[in-house]
Amino acid sequence: MMAILGALVVWGAGWYLNIRLANGPYSNNPFVKALIPAIFGITLILVWELLVWAFDINPVILPAPSSIGARLMVEGPRLWADFQQTIIKGAMTGYIFGGLAAFGVAILADRSDFLTRGILPVGGFMAALPIVGTAPIFVKWLGSDWESKAAVVAVMVFFPILVNTVAGLKDTSAMQRDLMRTYGAGYWPTLFKLRLPAAMPFIFNGLKIATTLALIGAIVAEFFGSPTVGMGFRISTSFGQLALDMVWAEIVIAALAGSGFYGAMTLIEKRVTFWHPSQR
Amino acid sequence: MKSVLPILTVIAAILLFWVVCVVPMNMHLVADQAQRDALVVTPDTPAARQDYSGVGLALRNTHLIPLTYNYVRPRLPSPHQVAGEMYKTIFGQRITSKRSLVFHGWVTLAPTLLGFLIGTTLGILLAVGIVYSRVMDLSVMPWAIVSQTIPILALAPMVIVVLGSMGVQGLIPKSIIAAYLSFFPVVVGMVKGLRSPDSMQLDLLRTYSASKSQGFWALRLPASAPYLFASLKIGISASLVGTIVAELPTGARAGFGARMLVGDQYGQPLVSWAALFAAAITAAALVGIFSVIERITLKRMGMNAS
Repeated sequence: MMAILGALVVWGAGWYLNIRLANGPYSNNPFVKALIPAIFGITLILVWELLVWAFDINPVILPAPSSIGARLMVEGPRLWADFQQTIIKGAMTGYIFGGLAAFGVAILADRSDFLTRGILPVGGFMAALPIVGTAPIFVKWLGSDWESKAAVVAVMVFFPILVNTVAGLKDTSAMQRDLMRTYGAGYWPTLFKLRLPAAMPFIFNGLKIATTLALIGAIVAEFFGSPTVGMGFRISTSFGQLALDMVWAEIVIAALAGSGFYGAMTLIEKRVTFWHPSQR
Repeated sequence: MKSVLPILTVIAAILLFWVVCVVPMNMHLVADQAQRDALVVTPDTPAARQDYSGVGLALRNTHLIPLTYNYVRPRLPSPHQVAGEMYKTIFGQRITSKRSLVFHGWVTLAPTLLGFLIGTTLGILLAVGIVYSRVMDLSVMPWAIVSQTIPILALAPMVIVVLGSMGVQGLIPKSIIAAYLSFFPVVVGMVKGLRSPDSMQLDLLRTYSASKSQGFWALRLPASAPYLFASLKIGISASLVGTIVAELPTGARAGFGARMLVGDQYGQPLVSWAALFAAAITAAALVGIFSVIERITLKRMGMNAS
């Protein structure tokens, strides 16, 4: 009973604090802007902890945040090995190969207006398909180690990056292209000095969409066969052992990896497309 | 309409690539089978054949190439095999039969649609809250954006099992995942849409002394329509993918995901491939329906639908 009351009090206090901060005089201060979502997140975690306590919820259904935190501390080496297997070997390799392939195809297709008009709709359509369903097929073809995961990831990230690159390469005005022509620039100088830089905002849009897809592909593919290491493998086996706190620890790692990957892409984008209105 | 020919060309190129790949992918299996059927195969032992790549083996056994397109349990089925299997399981069965893809499609589609409906409704409500309450904007919006970078989809099977152990079964668990996946795209898109009126338009309404709710119904909501449709198209395909992944490794007995896995485990690749393509067609149809509604709605609202 006390814990339920405590949860209500925590919730109310967090919300009250946020109302005061958000409607207060400093609400446009960047520090306050970061503080408010942080308070909201901490409030949620505290309420979760207290409610698990209050209702004595079976850890098999929902473990308390404190026990998940404990797992994260204790299982460091194992989580690190899983991270390497799934994120570095599976997702990253696939992401790089899929991205390079998409980029290459986009550059080739871009030389022909005819192909571009065909690739844009078909690629957009393919990007909406449940490609992750091919995971069992790839695991069968390439074995259960990271190669099959990388292949699934490569196929999944290929189409969003392709469509965005092709669209980006078209995004120059006739005026800009004419200027290049008056400079006597041929195809390649125009590509490298005008069209590729102009395409960068689009390309990064595709790259950012693909980060989440890469992690999903790598983890889901491990459900269909993997060596005895990897995040997807750990999630499904820990689940079988009813060690839900371990499952949640992997979820935390996956979430951090996903946000970190996305954040890294955003940072690179900021450096590369500093000239674009959206970055200023 | 001028892009029909390019689209067909690209599709033809993809099909051609597929057809070409069938031969090397299946060559070893076909060669083994041909030997059992007492056909001439060079080299004549399976071990010796392992030293050759699929292409090399095909070049040495050109007479076996046609067989790779009709092999019963191929590693990579040929397009006409997949099409045949799909025809057989879509039109050749009663739709209540467990072997009918229409039956499995409905098992997947029903939770997708229910979840999509729930997720979209909640998403629009939250977006309205975010636009009108600064506290919600500042505390919830960053999390909504961050949550899109998290591979939640990978956890779909676990959610199903946890809910199952709590006694929640049937349509609801899969719908929850579908709802979750369509929720955030709709929130993010709707917030953008509801904020899209510029200050000139908002000022105009202020000079009319329009109330907040009038401003919402007459300006913000209509202005958000293009953003809403873009989000709906992302949301519905995310919902469908979520439902399928939720069915994959959870021991589900029906649905596209279950069919993909069953075909894989019982050595019936055609079943997997047919389910995969049926799922792709379903996704395309759902997105297509929303595109049509989008075009009609935006046209009637006087906006230029691209």
